[in-house]
Amino acid sequence: MSTEQTGERERRQIRCLVAKVGLDGHDRGAHVIARAFRDAGFEVIYSGLHRSPDEVVQAAVQEDVDVLGISILSGAHNTLVPKIMDGLREYGAFEDTLVLVGGIIPDDDKDTLREEGVAEIFGPGASMDEMIEYVREYAPER
Amino acid sequence: MTGGDGGDTTSTVASDQSEIDRLVEGVLAGEHRALARTITKIENRAPGYRDLVAALHPHAGSAEVLGITGSPGAGKSTLVDKLAKTYRDQGLTVGVIAIDPASPFTGGAVLGDRIRMASNVGDMDVFFRSMSARGTLGGLSTATTDAVTALDAFGKDRIIVETVGAGQNEIDIVRTADTVAVLVPPGSGDDVQMLKAGILEIADLFVVNKADLEGADRTVQELQEMVQLGGGSPTGRGARSGHHGAGHHGTGTAGSESDGRETQDHTSDGEDDPEWNPRIVETVANTGEGVDDLVAALADHREYLVDSGELDRQARERYAAEVRTLLREDVHELLAEEIENQGGLEAAVDRIVARETDPYTVADEVVAPVADCVRGRRDGE
Repeated sequence: MSTEQTGERERRQIRCLVAKVGLDGHDRGAHVIARAFRDAGFEVIYSGLHRSPDEVVQAAVQEDVDVLGISILSGAHNTLVPKIMDGLREYGAFEDTLVLVGGIIPDDDKDTLREEGVAEIFGPGASMDEMIEYVREYAPER
Repeated sequence: MTGGDGGDTTSTVASDQSEIDRLVEGVLAGEHRALARTITKIENRAPGYRDLVAALHPHAGSAEVLGITGSPGAGKSTLVDKLAKTYRDQGLTVGVIAIDPASPFTGGAVLGDRIRMASNVGDMDVFFRSMSARGTLGGLSTATTDAVTALDAFGKDRIIVETVGAGQNEIDIVRTADTVAVLVPPGSGDDVQMLKAGILEIADLFVVNKADLEGADRTVQELQEMVQLGGGSPTGRGARSGHHGAGHHGTGTAGSESDGRETQDHTSDGEDDPEWNPRIVETVANTGEGVDDLVAALADHREYLVDSGELDRQARERYAAEVRTLLREDVHELLAEEIENQGGLEAAVDRIVARETDPYTVADEVVAPVADCVRGRRDGE
């Protein structure tokens, strides 16, 4: 993989926003991911806990991130994720932001989220390497 | 084309150009996405970023730029949040650039300053951008300056540059600001000793944050002593207008501000000193206490800068430094190209190691064709 990438993206740095939305206070996973992304050489902006969809959109737009990772463990993904997607569209950031969702997402909801524009969903047990690999491969060309 | 990337095909250059035009248009029209992408281009030094900054430059120059630095955990981000809120309440728009360290090993970084921006959530008129201290030394201050230009051209009234103050690099960064505030947490007696070396010269304001903690009074006192000792230091700042000192202390804002708190350090107002003596302000960023005093002190400093002509002088100095930096970088690239052309640096080093030649000769050999070319062209005209 690195053969293609190093050539094209000499100075290109992958920027990620790791966001916690809604009323769920479990951010151990988000922390671990933020760290793993950092160690993979990405720039990671961590949102902090209990962010509203608006805040996440604001951060994603202003920071011009390539990847938006949304961590939701509260089960409110069907409400929160579409709001974020709408916000990204509003600011013209929908097309070139890779949106990932991590957390406990029932199988039935996965297709709905994908239809909303979520690129991939990582549930419990997803390996760190797999995620980093995924980001490297699919981070949007700009 | 000033971009200097010869490898591009004509078609990508053309599309870059139209993208640059679109971004400039977007920034001037106040599109957040365009501003965000512009800063990304600046950070990545993407093809065409120079044209982009060049196109924005004529539209910049109206914002007041504040630099904030201090040790980790001093409360910079929290204070920036409260400052931004205060400015927003005054109806001003704010841009923030927060710089965090990057790992020297992987280049990765966790940029956490955004978490503290709790008072301005969902307010798009506070444009907050995290930057990592990636890349080479010196490059970051160029990127910061250019990002400030972009925010300025976008129309932000106040721009705050926040960075962890540790070394020369950070000092260079905060120097892109008109006013520099250094945060000093209480009880950092030994730190104050350390501060004497470099930070004293660049600080226009000292902010003793967490002033509700034990030891704050002592820190204030120590800073006062330090400022008084350094008061006559030959830094040369503001040495031009001889009549200024009395004027600015006599104005209404300065007077009311000094009534507010006992931290005023101008015990020797009588002397006719045109220099700005660094102020000391106490704040509790968590609760917002003292932030109004800080805003007032910042306004005072601004007034001093304008009245004394220091603002213009600083700006000129900054541009001169910027041109020098760019020249150095450009010539460096040109020479790197030339050394490659002459067989590469490694080969030259081989010859140096074998004592066939020496570093001075190698440097001369690389520079000679460039110098010939430049001189030939100049004489030809």
